[in-house]
Amino acid sequence: MATKYMDAELVGKRMSSRVRKNAGWKGLFFASTLFGLIVLAVLLVRIFTQGIEYINIDFLKNHLSTDASRAGIMGAILGTAWLMVVVIPVTMVIGVGTAIYLELYAKKGKLQSFIATNISNLAGVPSIVYGLLGLTLFVRALEFGNVILAGGLTLALLVLPIVIVAAQEALRAVPGSLSEASYGMGATKWQTVRRIILPAALPGILTGAILALSRAIGETAPLTVLGIPALLIPFPEGIFDTFTALPMQIYYWTIDASLVAEYANLAAATIIVLLVLLFLLNSIAILIRNKFQQRY
Amino acid sequence: MAADNKNRTSVSEMIEQQKRKRKFFNQLERMIPGLLLIIASISVLTTIGIIYTLFAESVAFFRNVPILDFFTGTVLKPLSQNPEFGVLPLLNGTIISTVIAMLVAGPIGMMSAIYLSEYAPDNVRRVIKPLLEILAGVPTIVYGFFAFTFVTPLLRMIFPSIEATNILSPGIIMGVMIIPMIASLSEDAMSSVPNSMREGALALGSTKLETTFKVVIPAALSGIIASFVLGISRAIGETMIVAIASGSSKNFSFDITGSMQTMTAYIVEVAGGEAAAGTTIYYSLYAVALTLFVFTLIMNLLAKYISRKFREEY
Amino acid sequence: MSTVMTKAINLKLVRNENERSEPEVEKEVVYDTKGLNLWYGETHALKNINMDIKEKEVTAIIGPSGCGKSTYLKTLNRMVELVPIVKTSGQITYKGKNILDKSFRVEDLRTQVGMVFQKANPFPKSIYENIAYGPKIHGIKNKKILDEIVEKSLRGAFIWDELKDRLNDNAYGLSGGQQQRLCIARCLAVEPNVILMDEPTSALDPKSTLRIEELVQELKKDYAIVIVTHNMQQAARISDKTAFFLNGEIIEYDKTDHIFNNPTDERTGDYISGRFG
Repeated sequence: MATKYMDAELVGKRMSSRVRKNAGWKGLFFASTLFGLIVLAVLLVRIFTQGIEYINIDFLKNHLSTDASRAGIMGAILGTAWLMVVVIPVTMVIGVGTAIYLELYAKKGKLQSFIATNISNLAGVPSIVYGLLGLTLFVRALEFGNVILAGGLTLALLVLPIVIVAAQEALRAVPGSLSEASYGMGATKWQTVRRIILPAALPGILTGAILALSRAIGETAPLTVLGIPALLIPFPEGIFDTFTALPMQIYYWTIDASLVAEYANLAAATIIVLLVLLFLLNSIAILIRNKFQQRY
Repeated sequence: MAADNKNRTSVSEMIEQQKRKRKFFNQLERMIPGLLLIIASISVLTTIGIIYTLFAESVAFFRNVPILDFFTGTVLKPLSQNPEFGVLPLLNGTIISTVIAMLVAGPIGMMSAIYLSEYAPDNVRRVIKPLLEILAGVPTIVYGFFAFTFVTPLLRMIFPSIEATNILSPGIIMGVMIIPMIASLSEDAMSSVPNSMREGALALGSTKLETTFKVVIPAALSGIIASFVLGISRAIGETMIVAIASGSSKNFSFDITGSMQTMTAYIVEVAGGEAAAGTTIYYSLYAVALTLFVFTLIMNLLAKYISRKFREEY
Repeated sequence: MSTVMTKAINLKLVRNENERSEPEVEKEVVYDTKGLNLWYGETHALKNINMDIKEKEVTAIIGPSGCGKSTYLKTLNRMVELVPIVKTSGQITYKGKNILDKSFRVEDLRTQVGMVFQKANPFPKSIYENIAYGPKIHGIKNKKILDEIVEKSLRGAFIWDELKDRLNDNAYGLSGGQQQRLCIARCLAVEPNVILMDEPTSALDPKSTLRIEELVQELKKDYAIVIVTHNMQQAARISDKTAFFLNGEIIEYDKTDHIFNNPTDERTGDYISGRFG
């Protein structure tokens, strides 16, 4: 070895500070990871302590009221439930149908990649823009008015990309050997899709659909655009009724909290109800994913 | 059994019979690809619907308000006697809230990604990742409530002059909301850097920190940048947090402790009010929404372009 | 088939022995392994390994897949710890210090012990940056010195002439053999004392393999080289000493010509003549 460029002693001396630096940054990285979780914890604790004492049977079953002590959220709960009634079938049929077309029927080519690109771009459109689409198309052009059907269809379009992508992944995960076995017995394509591929992909599809549904339930922005009344007394009884929904109720009570301070607590209580609902939905999704997902 | 022999049909005969019956169904089945194509085209129709709606109504708006005035105007007074429709105050609010959000989400999301991808033991990662997903699953209305009723009063301890509605608090909380997105996308990018690369660096005597910053991050850079761009897009389009917590001041100002309105919050305010269809203020909704749509679309396409164009081949 | 192969090896060895006839100077021991045991979780992967490795020698480690040869190699620079469930006992002394001691800084060890991997793993950077990476992290910032190190290291790995005009090209544009020699050059740039090679030619064509083998012969003038290989002819061609590993144990460790011509243990003979593995 001719010239030595590396001074072993110097390298050794520098190493101590390099190793210390590594340890210091590692601590910082860990703290950063905790930061998000700490905010989450603070948020949950704050909202629960603020709202929990307002939650009782009356609050859950009463009509809305400007009087904070008598106000209830039954209307909002029903509104959210009715929205789900619209969102679930629409997203399932369109979402799964689109996924089947893209994964199993479409020829690889321009049309297929155009539709796929279109879907991924739709996923990035801000939800408020969907609200304007819903307002223009469903509320005004089709003259539904600000009813459950208009809200549900708007939300369904909004979460459609989520369902499509989840269903596509689930269909892709079904091994080719299964459908080959079915074709091998002379089954037609649709028979194979309906009897073999869809049942095998169902847990994945359901998980995605439930996650999409929980996204739809928490969405507020598109509904604010549709013109949901702030104080609506009658409960909705069908998809052509006007409505309010849990997130809308939270929104109205929050912005009115500067007028009546107690509204903030009602908003917190409604958030608890909404979070519990989301928690239940997500638990079901996880349960399905863990229990019924077949491993090939 | 033997007695039945006469009447017994073989399986292949049964299949034959079945086939004749199925003729009708076969014809039906031939329609299925077409039917599915129609269903699949709904997503395309949605896009067309969005673009058509925004453009058509914006054209009506620009008939009343010159396009140049809209994009260069610093005064936004939609409800005044002599209404002015300059979009710059809204753009300003949007950009400022996005910058604040990214100042929070960028470093913290990135550092979380580094921790999860490079440092965390398996069992810690298995606990933390689902918890971060919860953070991403909290509805934005809840964040808005939290920013308005908790964070703003908290910030008042540091900035006593902060207004009840201000851009700082929702900006920070928007950042918290975006942390999981940046953390998880950046972590994906970093995890897909092959281990052989890390081994190469460690075997030369690098510390983990050096390996991360000099080898792993450069190799994963395209994915990391894409995650930031998507984060920005998310912040631009976020609505409820700012609609609740940043108020509706349409002043063109840079004071982050004061109220500012973003494009999204403007849409909520105007649509929620009783703007009658056909008025200029009603059409302004669509012009603002179109601006918003173009901004986020550019960001999303940019993110896709970056992650595709600069995808590293190992 | 196997007898022909053994014969070919023998012929080569005879020649090697002639070259080696000059009197041996006592070489310094670099690594001294005593009673090393290693577990991956419940699996006992290395059992009571005792072995010393000397400077300016090529030590080959052979054995069937899963015998622990790579594990042992990676224990020598503690890369094995990247698998979190690894536990060790016993000691490996490197220049008088036990490297398995928790207080021993692994970064120091890895600075002095270079490693070449089974599959070439250049960084996704330019050729120049690949070589300069090591010196840079160890504190050399002077551009002129870095230039000199890059040239010296590439010359040391015999690829300076091929690459000198394209130092700023991405390393991924190189052929597999060039990439592997680039990785050797990258390792030389840090001026290690020992070079560990983990089946460095297993992914290469015969011609590139030959060039690496020649390079190893050249490098041993300055470095201690430990090479894991599943290619017995390669071990016979390039090593001074050979260790035969089987099921986590050293069956035999001796001068290479002894191992290949006159193995003490029956299993060594069986493996070398291709009866298993």
